[in-house]
Amino acid sequence: MSEPIGEIKKSTSTHARRVIAYIVLIILSILCLFWFYILLIYSTRSNGEIQKGITFIPSTHFVENFKNLVNSSQPVFQGLRNSLIIACSSALLSTYFSTLTAYAIHVYDFKLKKFIFTFILMIMMVPTQVTVLGFIQLMTKMNLINNFIPLIVPTIAAPVTFYYLKQYMESALPLALIEAARIDGSGEIRTFNTIALPLMKPAIAVQAIFTFVSSWNNYFIPTFILKKEKMKTIPIIIAQLRSSDYLKFDMGQVYMMITLSIFPVIIVYLILSKHIVSGIAMGSVKG
Amino acid sequence: MRKFKKAMALTLVTAMAAASFVGCSKSSSSSSAAANNNTTKEAVTDADGKEVSMRDQIAAKKYDNEGKVLNIYVWNDEFISRVADHFPGYEKVDATTGKIGDVEVKFTKVDNQDNKYQTNLDQTLQDNGKNQENADADKKIDIFLVEADYALKYVNSSYTMKLADLGITDADLPNQYQYTKDAVTDSEGNLKGISWQGCPGLLIYRRDVAKDVLGTDDPTEVQKSVADWDTFAETAKKMADKNYLMTSSVNDTYRVFSNNVSSKWVDENNVINVDANIKKWVDVSKAMVDAKETGTYALWSDDWAKGFYKDGNVFCYFGPAWLIDFSMHCDEEGSVGYDGGWAVTEGPQGFFWGGTWICAAAGTDNQELVKDLMLCLTTDEETMTQIVEKDHDFVNNSKVMEAKATDDKFGDKYLSNQNPVGLFCNGIKTVSLANISGYDQGCNEEFQNAMKDYFDGNYKTYEEALDAFYDKVIVKYPELKKPE
Amino acid sequence: MAQNQASVAPMGKGKKSKVVRYNRWGYIFLIPFIAVFLVFNLIPLISTFYNSFFENYMAQLNHVGPNFVGFQNYKTLFADGKIWQYAGNTAIMWVMGFIPQIIVSLLLAQWFSDTRLKLKGSTFFKTVIYMPNLIMASAFSLLFFALFSDGGPINDLLMKMHILDEPFKFFSSKWATRSLVAAMNFLMWFGNTTILLMAGIMGIDVSLYEAAEVDGANSWQRFTRITLPLLKPILIYVMITSLIGGIQMFDVPQILTNGTGNPTDSTMTLIMYLNKHLYSKNYGMGGAISVVLFLLTGALSLLVYNIMYRKKDKEA
Repeated sequence: MSEPIGEIKKSTSTHARRVIAYIVLIILSILCLFWFYILLIYSTRSNGEIQKGITFIPSTHFVENFKNLVNSSQPVFQGLRNSLIIACSSALLSTYFSTLTAYAIHVYDFKLKKFIFTFILMIMMVPTQVTVLGFIQLMTKMNLINNFIPLIVPTIAAPVTFYYLKQYMESALPLALIEAARIDGSGEIRTFNTIALPLMKPAIAVQAIFTFVSSWNNYFIPTFILKKEKMKTIPIIIAQLRSSDYLKFDMGQVYMMITLSIFPVIIVYLILSKHIVSGIAMGSVKG
Repeated sequence: MRKFKKAMALTLVTAMAAASFVGCSKSSSSSSAAANNNTTKEAVTDADGKEVSMRDQIAAKKYDNEGKVLNIYVWNDEFISRVADHFPGYEKVDATTGKIGDVEVKFTKVDNQDNKYQTNLDQTLQDNGKNQENADADKKIDIFLVEADYALKYVNSSYTMKLADLGITDADLPNQYQYTKDAVTDSEGNLKGISWQGCPGLLIYRRDVAKDVLGTDDPTEVQKSVADWDTFAETAKKMADKNYLMTSSVNDTYRVFSNNVSSKWVDENNVINVDANIKKWVDVSKAMVDAKETGTYALWSDDWAKGFYKDGNVFCYFGPAWLIDFSMHCDEEGSVGYDGGWAVTEGPQGFFWGGTWICAAAGTDNQELVKDLMLCLTTDEETMTQIVEKDHDFVNNSKVMEAKATDDKFGDKYLSNQNPVGLFCNGIKTVSLANISGYDQGCNEEFQNAMKDYFDGNYKTYEEALDAFYDKVIVKYPELKKPE
Repeated sequence: MAQNQASVAPMGKGKKSKVVRYNRWGYIFLIPFIAVFLVFNLIPLISTFYNSFFENYMAQLNHVGPNFVGFQNYKTLFADGKIWQYAGNTAIMWVMGFIPQIIVSLLLAQWFSDTRLKLKGSTFFKTVIYMPNLIMASAFSLLFFALFSDGGPINDLLMKMHILDEPFKFFSSKWATRSLVAAMNFLMWFGNTTILLMAGIMGIDVSLYEAAEVDGANSWQRFTRITLPLLKPILIYVMITSLIGGIQMFDVPQILTNGTGNPTDSTMTLIMYLNKHLYSKNYGMGGAISVVLFLLTGALSLLVYNIMYRKKDKEA
C-alpha cells in the first residue's frame, strides 16, 4: 500500500466519522434541549390551552402566568431564596469537607486509614431513603423541624463526592508538593487551603454542580422537614401548586414556576461548566 | 342507635319543632351543651330590643379570654379565603396569617399530594398528645379541615371534639344536607365536623350529541335514556354506533356507584369487602371499555379532559357545579360550554363530589372562636348567601339553595341558561353516607388503579385484579385482612 | 499518640516516615465527616434496623405497637415475594437505561477527545448534553406523560404518518412504560457519564496513541486496547454511581405512573415500595425493607470492591 492512498483512506474515514459524529451529536442535542423548549412554550400558555395538549408554537400568556404566579398565595420568591440558600450552602460545605476528607485519606498515613476508606466505600451505596425513617424521628427529637440544618449539614458526609475527589487527588495532588509546603513552614490547615484546594478546583466544580442540582431538586426529605410556609423550597411549592384547589388548578402557573426554578440552576451550571471544561482540558483525572 | 338517629334527623330536617325536640333529647345526655347553647337558639337583642344578627355579634367580640393563637390546618387556599372574605372582623396580615379580635390566626398549609396533608397533621396531633397537653398554648391546633374520603379516620378518633361539646346542636343546622352530616358522624352518632358547602353531582351531557343520537336535548327526555344503569348501557351502545364515547373514562361513573353502596369497604373484623354496587361498576365498565364506549384515563389527565372540547366526542361527564364552572374550560372557544353546549340531568343515581369539612381539634384553647367560626360560615344564612354570590359555592343550606333553584336569573350560560340548582338539590337529597369508612380514600384509589389494568387487558381476570387490589390496600392499611 | 505513630510507622514506605508526625492531622481532618455521618446517618440507620423487629404502625389514628415481633416483618415481606418482583423491575429498568447510556457516553467521550476529528462546537455540545439533568425529575416526568398520553403529540404524529391506526396506549403497556422510564434515565444521565469518561480519556497519555498509530492500529483497536483498559477505574466509578442511582430509582417511575407502579406493578421499584410503607407509617415493614435494601447494596458494593482489588493485586 503506497503512502498517498493510505493518507486518502485515512482522511475519508475520518471524514465519515466526523459526519456521523455530527449527526449523532445534533440528534442528542435536540433531545436534550427539546424539554427546555417545551417548558418555555408551556409557560406561555393558559391552563385551558395546556389541557388541550401539546403544541410547539408559543402562545401569549407568558406575562399573565407570571403575574398570576406572583399574585398567588404561594411564596414563590421566598421559595427560590430558600432553595438557593440550601443548595449553595450544601454545595459549599459538601465540596469543602469532602475535599478535606479525601485529603486526610490521601495525604496522611494512620492506623485506621484503610478501615475508614473501606468503610466509606461501603456506605457509599446505601440509599438515603433507607435511613429516612430514623432520620425524621431523630430530627423531630432534636427539634430541627422547620430548620435548614437537616438539609445542609448532612451533605458534609457525602461518600460519593468524597470518592470522586479522592480519585482525582491521586493524579492531581503530588505528595511532594505538600512536603515542599511543610519545608516552607506552612501549617497543615494552611497547606490544605492554599495548595490543595486550588489544585482541586476543576473536580470541585464538577461536584459542586452535582451537589447543587441534587439539593435544588430534592423533594423527598424537605417535605418532612419544612412545614412552615416561609421555609418551603421550590419543589415543595411546585407540588403545592399542582395539588392546590382543583377549582383554581392552573397548570400555566405550574409550568411558569418550573421554568423560573430552572433558571438559577442553569446559571450556576453555565458559570461552573467553564471550570469543568478547563478541568478536563488539563487532563487531570487519571483514575 | 345510629341508624335510628339518622332516620329521625332525616324525616325532621327542616321543621323547627323537630329541632327543639332533638335539642331536648340531646340535653339529657349532655347538659353542658344545652347550657352553652343559649346564644344561638334565642335571638339576641340589643338595648332597643332590635334583633342583632350573628355577624354583628361576632364582629363585636374580642375573644380576649381565650388562646392567643388560632392554628388552622388546611391543604389549600379555599378555606383561608372563605374566612378572610366572610368572617366578620377578620383582618388579613399576609397570605397565611390574620387577626380576629385579639387572636392571631395562623393557617398551616400542607399540600395534599400523596396523603402528605394527613401525614403531617397526624404527626402533629400525635406529638401534641390526646388533648394537646404536650403542646405550648400557641402551638395547639384549634381547627383542621378534612375531606369526606378520610374524614371518619379523624371523626372516630379522640382528636376531634364533639360539636355538642362546643355548644353546637342539630337545632343550629336545620337546613344542612344530611350527607354532609353523615360524613362526619362518629360510630356513636356524635356529630364531629361541619361544612359550609354541598357538592351534589349531576350527569352533564352535550346537547348536540343528545339531539343527534337521542333526538332531543330536553333534560327530562334525556333523563329517560340514562335513568338507570341498564338504559345507560343501551344509550352507550347507541352513542358508540355514531362514534361518540358515552363517558370519557370509566372513572367518571365510579363516584356515582361508590356513593350508593350498601356495605362498607371494611367490615367489623377488618376484612376488606367489595360492595355489590362497586362490583357492578366493574361489570358495566368492563363491557363499555371492551365495546370502546369509554376510556380508562385518570381523572384530570389531558386525555380525560379532551371531551370538554367539541372534537373530543364525549357525550357526558358526571360532576358537580364546580366542574362545569371551573374545570370544563367553558370560557374558551372550541369548548362545548363556550356556546352553551352542555345541559344537566339527574342521571342513574345521586352522588356528590368534593367538599371540605371543618373539625375542632380536641384540646383547643379557642372554643368560643371555633364555635363562632363554624356557626357563622356554615349556618348563618346571611353569610351563606354572601358565599353563594361571591364564590359560587353550592352552600350547605337547603333553604338558601332552593331559593336559587326557582330564581330564573340564576341560569347557567354554559348550560344554555338552564338553571341546574333544582336538579342539584334533588340529587343530593338521596345521597346517604351511612356506609363510608375511614378507609375509603385508599380503597377507592387502589381499586380504580387495579381495575384499570383489568379493563386494559393487562390482568386477564377480575380475580387477578382483585388480588392486586387486596395486596395494595394491605400495604396501605396493615391492619386489614384479605377475605378468606 | 506515640503508640499510634509507632504502629503507623512501619506502614509508611520509608520516605514517608518524615511525615509521620503530621499524621494525627489525618484524624483531625476526618472529624467533620465522621461526626456528621454518626449523627445524621448512623443513628438513623441503627434506629431503622431496630424498628424492623417491631410491629409498629398506625391503624387509622391508633398507634399499634411497638411490639417486639422478632423476624415476623421479614417473614411477611418475603412471604408474598413482591420484593423480588420489585427488585427485578428495578434491575430491568436500570439495565435498559444503563446499557445505552454507557455506549453513547463512551462514543461521545471518544469523539470529544479525538483530536483528529476536530469537532467544531464541542464546547456547546458538552454543555448541552448535561442539561437534562438540571430539570427536576418531577417536571420531566410530567412532560413525558403529556407527550406519550393516548391523545398526546407522539400518538398524533404516529397516526398522521400512518404508522398507527389508533393511538398506542403507552401507559397501559408494561414494556412501553418501562422503556419510557429507562429512556428518561438515559437522557438525564448520559451527559453526566460522558463528562466523567471524557475526563478519564483526556488523562490518558497521548504518546500511547501515537505509538499505537505507528504500529498501524486502527481507531477501533486503539479504543479497545488502550482507552478501555486505562479507563477502567473511571468506568468502575461510573458503574458504582449509576448502580447506586439505579437502586434508588424513585422519582421518575413514581411520578410517571402516579405512584401506582402500573401497569400490573411492572414499574414498581424497591424505593417506591419502601415509600408506600413509609407513607402508611408502617415503621416495622419500612424498617425491614430498608434492611433488605441495605444488605443488597452491601453485597453489591462488596462485589464491586472485590473487582477493584483484584485489579490492584494484578498491578502489584
